[in-house]
Amino acid sequence: MSTVEAPLYPIAVLIDELKNDDIQLRLNSIRRLSTIARALGEDRTRSELIPFLSENNDDDDEVLLAMAEELGVFVPYVGGVEHAHVLLTPLETLCTVEETCVRDKAVESLCKIGSQMRENDLIERFTPLVKRLAAGEWFTARVSACGLFHIAYPSAPETLKTELRSIYGQLCQDDMPMVRRSAASNLWKFAGTVESAHLKADIMQMFEDLTQDDQDTVRLLAVEGCAALGKLLEPQDCAARILPVIVNFSQDKSWRVRYMVANQLYELCEALGPEPIRTDLLPAYVRLLRDNEAEVRIAAAGKVTKFCQILSPELAIQHILPCVKELSLDSSQHVRAALASVVMGMAPVLGKDATIEQLLPIFLSLLKDEFPDVRLNIISKLDQVNQVIGIDLLSQSLLPAIVELAEDRHWRVRLAIIEYIPLLANQLGVGFFDDKLGGLCMQWLQDKVYSIRDAAAKNLKHLAEEFGPDWAMQHIIPQVLEIANDSHYLHRMTLLRAISLLGPVMGSEITCSKLLPVVVNASKDRVPNIKFNVAKVLQSLISVVDQSVVEKTIRPCLVELSEDPDVDVRYFAVQGLQSIDQVTMSS
Amino acid sequence: MNPTTRRHLEWKFSQVFGERSPDDEILDADRISTVEFDKSGDYVAVGDRGGRIVIFETKDGKNTADQHYSRNQLEQLDYVSLNHPEYRYKTEFQSHEPEFDYLKSLEIEEKINKLKWCTSLSGSLFILSTNDKTIKLWKVKDRKVKKAREIDSPHQLLSSENTLLSEKSFMNEQGIPSFANGNHVESGVNSIFPSQELRSKIANYEDTAYARCRRVYAHAHDFNINSISNNSDGETFISADDLRINLWNLEVSNQSFNIIDMKPSNMEELTEVITSAEFHPIHCNLLAYSSSRGFIRLVDMRQSALCDYSARIFQDEECHGSRSFLTEIVASITDIKFPVDGRHILSRDYMNLKLWDMHMDSSPVATFKIHEHLRPKLCDLYNNDSIFDKFECCLSGDGLHFATGSYSNLLRIFFHGGGSDEGATIEASKDPNSIKNRKPLPRARRSSLSNLTRGFYKQGHESTSVVDEYSLNSSSKLQHLAWHPCTYLIACASGNSLFFYHA
Repeated sequence: MSTVEAPLYPIAVLIDELKNDDIQLRLNSIRRLSTIARALGEDRTRSELIPFLSENNDDDDEVLLAMAEELGVFVPYVGGVEHAHVLLTPLETLCTVEETCVRDKAVESLCKIGSQMRENDLIERFTPLVKRLAAGEWFTARVSACGLFHIAYPSAPETLKTELRSIYGQLCQDDMPMVRRSAASNLWKFAGTVESAHLKADIMQMFEDLTQDDQDTVRLLAVEGCAALGKLLEPQDCAARILPVIVNFSQDKSWRVRYMVANQLYELCEALGPEPIRTDLLPAYVRLLRDNEAEVRIAAAGKVTKFCQILSPELAIQHILPCVKELSLDSSQHVRAALASVVMGMAPVLGKDATIEQLLPIFLSLLKDEFPDVRLNIISKLDQVNQVIGIDLLSQSLLPAIVELAEDRHWRVRLAIIEYIPLLANQLGVGFFDDKLGGLCMQWLQDKVYSIRDAAAKNLKHLAEEFGPDWAMQHIIPQVLEIANDSHYLHRMTLLRAISLLGPVMGSEITCSKLLPVVVNASKDRVPNIKFNVAKVLQSLISVVDQSVVEKTIRPCLVELSEDPDVDVRYFAVQGLQSIDQVTMSS
Repeated sequence: MNPTTRRHLEWKFSQVFGERSPDDEILDADRISTVEFDKSGDYVAVGDRGGRIVIFETKDGKNTADQHYSRNQLEQLDYVSLNHPEYRYKTEFQSHEPEFDYLKSLEIEEKINKLKWCTSLSGSLFILSTNDKTIKLWKVKDRKVKKAREIDSPHQLLSSENTLLSEKSFMNEQGIPSFANGNHVESGVNSIFPSQELRSKIANYEDTAYARCRRVYAHAHDFNINSISNNSDGETFISADDLRINLWNLEVSNQSFNIIDMKPSNMEELTEVITSAEFHPIHCNLLAYSSSRGFIRLVDMRQSALCDYSARIFQDEECHGSRSFLTEIVASITDIKFPVDGRHILSRDYMNLKLWDMHMDSSPVATFKIHEHLRPKLCDLYNNDSIFDKFECCLSGDGLHFATGSYSNLLRIFFHGGGSDEGATIEASKDPNSIKNRKPLPRARRSSLSNLTRGFYKQGHESTSVVDEYSLNSSSKLQHLAWHPCTYLIACASGNSLFFYHA
């Protein structure tokens, strides 16, 4: 208590506010529970604060959630590990409330506390709590109980362990599907603490029960745990006990279960040796790639590359590649998009020959896909292909697709392609870029959509960074400056935006000689929007150019603008002048 | 009970809420629009056109868990409680308010179209309710309200903790000579967090139920929602509008999945609409929905993410023998219900109540004619729109008895194996003698096979203007009803009144 530095009054207010009618104040207080506890001291925290919190289970979910979270780190405030058990009472009540996220947080906090508790306390306090929850009248308690077994189990004596296993077995067969779901999703955690003899007998029995559950949602979660459970078992046991289940699931009636298998299959492969992968999992995976349900194919297609990585190239070419070809022509655009986002990764796995021979046609057909997401997904992974097939082939086949996308009528597609331009420039090099893409970059500056024009300006900046000021001086600046004579004021605004971005990259000299005159000229524009943007740009250029240039060119221009009839122009001009003064003063 | 007694149930009046005299005008907002028992039968909820939900609970013994479980066991033992439950008012709350959709220039009425009880957890009641567009999840909880008996000095109450804190805990510690010693303060003022017993001295508890909206599932329906149904997995529910069915997770209100979409790309090609949808009570993957063309489609959600292809279509081929404009209208199914065991489907259309076996899709296993006497008048009924009245149906917990409503406040009850005219007919009465009596005299009568029904038909035939009788006077339509899950008790709504009948 002597360590308390905080002033007393705020603490008293916090305590008062724990009971306030305003939820925001209660929430605020709960969030600072540790401060209150420190002020009260360990003894009174144990004897007064914690009992008070234990009764306070009727509050808003938000408050309860905050409380559940705070209590998880409360061990130091109640007097350390030997008193940690007093925290179990309030958390136990929180484990039974109806809001899922509160219960989850309470379970998480209980696990945190339980993992610090002394063995004796675990047996005498924690395990009874788990048993109470598991026998709870409402299913919420039983749901929470499932997540605590892995903490209670390791330190329990033999008889208690047997009991805990049998209780968990009962939870796996609970009447309420919610409890069975929780049991299924926590099974692997519990399994990790169980001795291997019991693992093979009891836990696997539970697992098998869950995999035969009537409720799709329970089976789903059983699948999720498969991989984790498989890793706990010896490879041969895994092959004998888990593999058949998975193979079975991959042909489950419910597409949701198959979807889950498609997502998990790769994980499971890590637990199994190469032989069962070849004989069992590969055929299962191929089936999933050809599933009737598009959702399943999407999930399976998304794992194509990862799966190929654990196979030998021959197997991949022989079994997976034909499926990939089919998927690239799939009727669902989402399947094709999922494939497009990973298929590039197959190139390094298959090697150059197979890539050029087999994969390239697939890339090309995906690049010509009518659905823009598919094309974009391919382009976003260009660097991977480049490494394998080389720039010549790439640019030859890619450029038409890129040009087409650059002129797509959906502006979001154009935006996406602009964002990839720096990557492309990097991959293609200066030569190719000038020929094919330079024009496009300028064209975007005059797009009808603001976001595109803005992105185009940013893109110029990235290009200037990529290829250097000299190149920019030659290929960007002249074209950009021409826009100053454009009749459309929005285009002239884009020019200003581009200048403010390019200035810092180009350096002081070019800015003074080329860019600044254009800006000053624009200050005489007849459109006020242009004029106050001039003021903004000038302000941003202050730090780029020399002090003398500021005084000689920028200041007079701003002074002139500060007498403009338009209020906005005056406002930004004055701001610009102020920042000049600041810079001058600081230097 | 043996089968013979099952056939001849003596239906008796049990209770009525919202009794009114015949002259009383009913406010439209007070009209009941849906009735639903919870799983245990301990509660019954009623929604009305004014967007309110009223909850009634059983008078004797609330649902402790023990009772809940024993009920389940009793059900398995096929035991029907002899003492029928009586209900009392519990609470009421405003579920929906009238709204205006500015984008579509559309008024959204507050009327509760459907409500469903969710699995109760931790002692609170959960209800899903919906109007035309928005579904809400309500939690109804008994709160112990602390009432301060008297506050001598509010200032002292407010500040006691502060003084305590400052005096005892800190000032002493910080070496400031204290004007009161810690012990004295401790005994005098009491601790910061008053213990349970201490609080009970200054406060008394009062049970009040209060409802709080937990989630709002909105903006997912372009058309009017006609049904909601909970899945047996306790995690999901569906909502059906005229053309689409969406699947929701109870805990996720900002996302739903469209599983059935009947909207044709060109609305002029529209031939049928969804009228009702319900999940199978046991198999979480099965869902049935009915259409205005008289189909009941059974869908297996395991097959595909989009369930446009039904696993089974139940269609009464007889009905489609002689087609005419009017017979197509009356073929429209207004309600479907699964019994607890999920073996059958009960459906109601304008003319009939039909029982289907899940294994036979060509024709119903039983047809109970409800409105045969109206057949000659269909044209008139069409002209005054009565032909579009939607009557609900319900089944007893054992799945052997079926009930549905009709005009003139008639409740028709049938049993498995009995014919159309073997059912019971009850008039949900408005006894003029009972204006002053709070409890009306029991008016429920069982039809002795033919007399009453014959009288009923006769009445229908003799009436000079049958259309007037079955006209828009919706106060005499008995459309909404529900069967107690465990006993022979029916709750039916007529106008603003809720009648209970038991056998």
